[in-house]
Amino acid sequence: MDEIITLDYGSGGKKTSRLIEKMIVPALDNPALAALGDGAVIDGAGKLAFSTDSFVVAPIFFPGGDIGKLSVCGTVNDLLMCGAEPRYLSCSFIIEEGLPVSALERIVESIRRECEKCAVQIVTGDTKVVEKGRGDKIYINTAGIGFVKHPGLDPKNIRDGDAVIVSGTLGDHGTAVMLSRSGMMQGELKSDCAALKTLCGSIHAASDKVRVLRDPTRGGLATTLNEFVENRELGILVQEGLIPVKPQVQAACDMLGLDPLYCANEGKLICIVDKDDAEKVLAAMRECREGRDAAIIGTVTARYPGRLVMETAYGGKRVLQKLTGAQLPRIC
Amino acid sequence: MRSVEKLSAAIRDIPVGDVRLMEVCGTHTMSIAKSGIKSMLPENVKLLSGPGCPVCVTPPQVIDAILELSMRPDVIITSYGDMLRVPGSKRGDSLLRRRALGARVEMVYSPLDAIKTAEENPDKEIVFLGVGFETTAPGTAAAVLTANEKGVENFSILSMLKIVEPALNALIKMEGFNIDGFICPGHVAVILGERGFEYLPQEHLLPGAIAGFEPEDILLAIYKLLKRIEQKRPGIDNCYLRAVSCEGNTLAQQMVKRCFEPRRDIWRGLGAIEESGLGLREEYSGFDAEKRFDIRFSEVETPTACRCGDVICGRIEPKLCPMYGRLCTPEDPVGPCMVSSEGACAAAMKYAGI
Repeated sequence: MDEIITLDYGSGGKKTSRLIEKMIVPALDNPALAALGDGAVIDGAGKLAFSTDSFVVAPIFFPGGDIGKLSVCGTVNDLLMCGAEPRYLSCSFIIEEGLPVSALERIVESIRRECEKCAVQIVTGDTKVVEKGRGDKIYINTAGIGFVKHPGLDPKNIRDGDAVIVSGTLGDHGTAVMLSRSGMMQGELKSDCAALKTLCGSIHAASDKVRVLRDPTRGGLATTLNEFVENRELGILVQEGLIPVKPQVQAACDMLGLDPLYCANEGKLICIVDKDDAEKVLAAMRECREGRDAAIIGTVTARYPGRLVMETAYGGKRVLQKLTGAQLPRIC
Repeated sequence: MRSVEKLSAAIRDIPVGDVRLMEVCGTHTMSIAKSGIKSMLPENVKLLSGPGCPVCVTPPQVIDAILELSMRPDVIITSYGDMLRVPGSKRGDSLLRRRALGARVEMVYSPLDAIKTAEENPDKEIVFLGVGFETTAPGTAAAVLTANEKGVENFSILSMLKIVEPALNALIKMEGFNIDGFICPGHVAVILGERGFEYLPQEHLLPGAIAGFEPEDILLAIYKLLKRIEQKRPGIDNCYLRAVSCEGNTLAQQMVKRCFEPRRDIWRGLGAIEESGLGLREEYSGFDAEKRFDIRFSEVETPTACRCGDVICGRIEPKLCPMYGRLCTPEDPVGPCMVSSEGACAAAMKYAGI
């Protein structure tokens, strides 16, 4: 059967990984790409971090943000996850004809505001318009460059006993977007879309033994933690009772048949750090607005090599795998 | 937390030998896996997943017919999410794949949403995939009655609805059947009531416990079953009193009877079972997609090395299927036991060594 690209390939799960690892990376073959970090660390006058992301979210305006804000925060955060100070972004629009100019103005204003907050500049860009039906209102791509200040952040550095910390509640963005797409009421549920510059600054100030930072976007917390340990001698054990999830998000997910641990986050990060510095880093994170609900949720362990295991609130154990493709809601 | 601990301890204290309990509900399978109950049970108590996932027991030739239907340009398929990734007899072929190839496939939470789609697309034929057991049957009946009332003619349902009792009877009568008790599906019981399961002790001398979906509910059901097994006293225990009554939801039962009648149906792994499926009555045959599109299903299952049927019935453990973990994996499932993330095979792969 011919292989075709389906939506599963874009969901951040196993199919996405396979497409990247088996087709794209071998074709393009270079060490910076092969490391498959949130961004690439490359040589320039100093060490640079370079990252790109495309944004295709629907609806383009959602509670807590819009596609413009997302396009800046997403790339800024990816650079921060490389230990870099984000500086310059490019920005490309692919606009479907028929988009009201007022909508574009709102999006551009969001972009401007977010750039100002993060002290980054959009220094180059492009705009294209396609016929009705050939786009979905607007797609945005941003690519960003930053100067590496904290080198060596890499999942390869995690060790047995390291603490796993999350910066706040999980599943907010994915759930808010799904609810607004379905037209159901969302109450107070908002996307957590935010740039994590201050938070990362506080983390690095508190400890120089941070192994890796990563933002759990598509595929959620569970997919990202799996990526750290797949095919390795180490695994991760987390405690369900310690993972912060807003009750509204849990309730919405229960209704929709989804799991918050697999829902996208756009303003959160995972920090793996030496256990001796865990409490210090946690305290520093909690001082920041974006880290006020930070929590230590588990440890890296040699007990379950290659796997992510969760101890449930009832004392049993549950294996959390990477998503294969997009989450499909369970009904009956 | 305390009640879970108390129940686990109480279960451990019951002096029974090796006991095999079967649950027959996909949501129970999920709930058991999510809460990690199995690791709280003593070694002698084994939990098996029976034919309780309506998606899992849909034979591949039915999926094939649906896939073919989906490619008609005038058809919009509306379906619950679970069905979208189920492969037919050809590997990798599913509604999701067909959608990528241009088929109109929409996920709905309720069959009433499908009626809305029909009203919004008067030039298309909207087909709702009516999959499920007694839990979803009333909702499907409601959709037929609503479409009838409103005169929505471009709407039809493909009924794959099934009845649990004939399948359990067939399972129990099979050679080599060795299950000591059933954890009965809580939501089916909401519709059928305690009455709906009395055939287990009355005809087969087997105990049944109707369970809800929280870990405490399931552990309580297991406790009750073990007590009955210890005392050799078959009967039905209703451990889901907050939702299940003696008679069940009689209004829902009547709605289903009004629209549907029992008919012979094919279950993956069990073959054809008399009176085990629900087909639309003559009066509502105008809404029957099988008639509208002249769909016929062959009775013989396309032979493959897949042993899903045996796994679903608890006859073999997943690892004894020759395809398990090799040609059949969660990313590339052959049979539905691997499609569902907590299906017997997918679960076995995930929990190996835990």
